[in-house]
Amino acid sequence: MDNQASVASVESSQGKPLDQVLQQIAEHKGCGTSSEGGKASCGSSTAPEDMDPAIWEKVKNHPCYSEEAHHHFARMHVAVAPACNIQCNYCNRKYDCANESRPGVVSEKLTPEQASRKVLAVASTIPQMTVLGIAGPGDPLANPEKTFKTFELVAETAPDIKLCVSTNGLALPEHVERLSQFNIDHVTITINMVDPEVGQHIYPWIFWKNKRWKGIDAARILHEHQMRGLEMLTERGILCKVNSVMIPGINDKHLVEVNKAVKSRGAFLHNIMPLISAPEHGTVFGLNGQRGPTAQELKALQDSCEGEMNMMRHCRQCRADAVGLLGEDRSSEFSTEKVMEMDIQYDAEGRKAYQEKVEEERQATVLAKQAEMAGLEAEFSDLKVLIAVATKGHGRVNEHFGHAQEFQIYELSTQGSKFVGHRRVDLYCQGGYGEEDTLPTVIRAINDCVAVFVAKIGGCPKDSLKAAGIDPVDKYAHEFIEQSAVKYFKEYLAKVKSGEVVHEVRGDADIRQGAYIAA
Amino acid sequence: MAFKIISSQCTACSACEPECPNNAIREKDGTFIIKPEKCSECIGYFDEPQCVAVCPVDDTCVIDNSYPRYVAA
Ligand code: SF4
Ligand code: SF4
Ligand code: SF4
Repeated sequence: MDNQASVASVESSQGKPLDQVLQQIAEHKGCGTSSEGGKASCGSSTAPEDMDPAIWEKVKNHPCYSEEAHHHFARMHVAVAPACNIQCNYCNRKYDCANESRPGVVSEKLTPEQASRKVLAVASTIPQMTVLGIAGPGDPLANPEKTFKTFELVAETAPDIKLCVSTNGLALPEHVERLSQFNIDHVTITINMVDPEVGQHIYPWIFWKNKRWKGIDAARILHEHQMRGLEMLTERGILCKVNSVMIPGINDKHLVEVNKAVKSRGAFLHNIMPLISAPEHGTVFGLNGQRGPTAQELKALQDSCEGEMNMMRHCRQCRADAVGLLGEDRSSEFSTEKVMEMDIQYDAEGRKAYQEKVEEERQATVLAKQAEMAGLEAEFSDLKVLIAVATKGHGRVNEHFGHAQEFQIYELSTQGSKFVGHRRVDLYCQGGYGEEDTLPTVIRAINDCVAVFVAKIGGCPKDSLKAAGIDPVDKYAHEFIEQSAVKYFKEYLAKVKSGEVVHEVRGDADIRQGAYIAA
Repeated sequence: MAFKIISSQCTACSACEPECPNNAIREKDGTFIIKPEKCSECIGYFDEPQCVAVCPVDDTCVIDNSYPRYVAA
């Protein structure tokens, strides 16, 4: 078999210009912890001096790459590829592919023609929509004709839209060449293991070469294809992101090795997502009681990988066919029926102008943060706290506490503010609308934070939050998040210094189990 | 001489359709069906019936007992 070849090509991919660029991206991201005091352009927001402009162009508007891009740009998914060539224990294929979205939710299946029309309709209405992905259930490369047909149709009318695919990697090597002929912006591979011993507990079988393979053979073949596919993408200069599902007791510690393996093969971003598992999803893990990680376990693993490479912390495991910014979902405006009737005018110029304006807006948020960074007290260099923020996007504190469907979590230290994740608080069962029901859930979800920034908050939840030791802060309403966060942290340090506040380590928080369904 | 698909189990994922060497499978009313007169049980093509091997739901592609087993010509 040809699997030996993959080992040799690791070496041959070294020393290419892309590797240098990727290295620079990695170093750039690491500046927050450097001895330089982390001044200047920390975070992935401004165009860094040390990044190749060509790569920056590729990544800056990409909601997958940069958390703050999520505030300004949107992506959408269409479900055209329902077939899959492997089985994952966290997936029940009656629902969406858990690699890209969530078990328990079904996307509307579309033909390539319907899908491309929907994309054009959305892009004409929402100029921030810059990225199109193929959603689960299923693997885009196990449905190559449907996937590529969709991309062809979209590229004809809207060449500015970036295309991406997320794959389990099994069929990747055979399709890399064809992929590279399209305007593919990046490929996501879900890699949960680099050791078939581990893999056999995650994948019961694969279908390959007209045969169902099981156990360790299945995991070995999948692993070899994933690594070879990644190397082939790197060789062709196609950006590659790796997703991993963290499964406590099965691959949690092992993911540090996965991180090293994918980094050495040129992946530029690694996204570790929590296993979401409940019996009602009907997955193997759901039924056998396999639990997902807690927020603290997830963050600890992400932190331990961060020194190695760029970590992605903003994955929402969102509903795959959601349309819009952040928690917003406008998909009901774009049902197949409505889309087929719409008179679509694709305005490429208008989209460009709009996107340039958005770019200015986001530079402003970064400059404001940097100005505020001056004078952070160095003597508290070890002290770190988390805060939760209610936002609708645009980099501002602009959501009412009671309306928030998710909170963004920032870590504050003398290095400034750093986005570290999301907590979703919309209810899985749509039952509880009353604040009395939702409040304890919200508090559990942000229990590791010292404060929550909101645009507005009622008296009752304010008192409950205080009782739980979380400071409700509404004085930064409609201001920039990161600038306000740094301001708040300065005040916090001053209070700790004067003894007004005793800094305590907060407890762990819950990762909500269940589908992300924006109301 | 044939396999059939238990439609209540089928997720309509379409994975089986392109794998069938005899083009015996197609979509009908939101589920997939096998044309029994076209199905050769993959005999002469593959060691395993392809629809069975690729289907994500166990016991969905099964032998149709109302048809005599396929005998290679
Ligand atoms: S690759 Fe996706 S669709 Fe296929 S089994 Fe795994 S999670 Fe499900
Ligand atoms: S058994 Fe083989 S020939 Fe018959 S329907 Fe299935 S794939 Fe086609
Ligand atoms: S592979 Fe199974 S679930 Fe999918 S369409 Fe065929 S019979 Fe239905």
